[in-house]
Amino acid sequence: MTGMERFLNTFFNPAMMRAHAPAVIDGVWVTLWIAIAVVIAGVAVGLLLACLRTYANKPLNFFIICFADIFRALPPLVLILLIYFGLPSAGIRLSGPMVLFIVLALTLAAFAEEIFWAGFASVEKGQWEAGIATGLGFTGTLIHVALPQAVRLATPPLVNRVLAITKMTALGSVIGVSEILSAAMSAQSFSGSATPLTLAAIAYLVIFLPFVFVARFLESRQSWKGR
Amino acid sequence: MDVIFDQFFNLDIMRQALPLLLSGLWMTAKLCAAVILLGLVGGLFVALANLSPRLWLKIPAIIFIDIFRALPPLVLLIFLYSGLPFAGIQISPFAAVALAFFLNNSSYYAEVYRAGILSVAKGQWEAAASTGLTKSQTLISIILPQAVRNVLPDLLSNTIEVVKLTSLASVVSLSELLFNANMARSITYNASPLVLAALIYLVLLWPLVRLVSRFQRRLAA
Repeated sequence: MTGMERFLNTFFNPAMMRAHAPAVIDGVWVTLWIAIAVVIAGVAVGLLLACLRTYANKPLNFFIICFADIFRALPPLVLILLIYFGLPSAGIRLSGPMVLFIVLALTLAAFAEEIFWAGFASVEKGQWEAGIATGLGFTGTLIHVALPQAVRLATPPLVNRVLAITKMTALGSVIGVSEILSAAMSAQSFSGSATPLTLAAIAYLVIFLPFVFVARFLESRQSWKGR
Repeated sequence: MDVIFDQFFNLDIMRQALPLLLSGLWMTAKLCAAVILLGLVGGLFVALANLSPRLWLKIPAIIFIDIFRALPPLVLLIFLYSGLPFAGIQISPFAAVALAFFLNNSSYYAEVYRAGILSVAKGQWEAAASTGLTKSQTLISIILPQAVRNVLPDLLSNTIEVVKLTSLASVVSLSELLFNANMARSITYNASPLVLAALIYLVLLWPLVRLVSRFQRRLAA
């Protein structure tokens, strides 16, 4: 066998691909479900916290800032292990997918809060004053004047962050969530072939490459506007 | 309440686990030094290739960046660590982590550098050329210092992500901070070592996270 044949046989064995594609595809659905739940919950909580922060309530803002800082500073895998292996001794037993969802959603919420807050901070003070002067009230100005601008500014960095955090669903393999990577790893140890790992890599590329392109497009559009 | 203190903030267990965690922290520091350095250098070359007018440099650079932005770092790490031995290539955990994160970080750093280089006005290239500087002299002494200054917050926030990423090395049994903390947890049946590891990460990274927020506020103002 030549080197090339051996390489192809190790990583692109067609029989292995056919045999293990169904397991990896099952993993794709698990990854997608968790990723979608994480994105919805994380962005919603982050946006809510950023809106609450505009009310400038000191004790509340202290709590929001601490939350955002801690979840931006801690590696998600530390939290995953802590909750999955630690909490049961306090009588709280959560399933693997639940732990993965909670940790990733909170991490995304922390980053989303900072990104939306930067958007709110860039809205000029005069616009707030004008909105309140026309009788919209603070909440009305927040929703109708500040929010649309903040969301537009936040979109490109938010897409990048969402991408980085949804990719972390692969961490679920450490706590036995049957997503793409763990499906591929068990197929690999079962079959003694590296081909299932190639399948996993292909599955991730199929899912995430479109979002990489979207992120690239949004960034280039914004940098053109800036000029 | 007692259960919480006993299981999560048990000072006795933390004291016993501390030497193990500190030796893990040393490994984490070595890993960080390796992957940050490799990523900063690799990213610069990828960014320069990406900005090159030569298509045979530009297109591979774009493909490289997009693929490694789409692949989760853990998938890359597992692929290298448990896939390569099947092809007859033995690789140590440290080398697997360094290689996986070199590929992943280079693509992220490359995007930061690219934004930085593009933020320097084009006239500076022309002015430098007219004073007789070569292209590489212009790049090194005129463009890069300004480019790096302009994207310093992004470089810093990316570096924080790289430090957090090194915790994934625990999955391939490299005895860094998280691996040692988790081992101490499984020996003592107590989560306090993991809490201690989380506190160590917080102490190290919180000041940097604050710094990034402050930078961003100044740019917005």
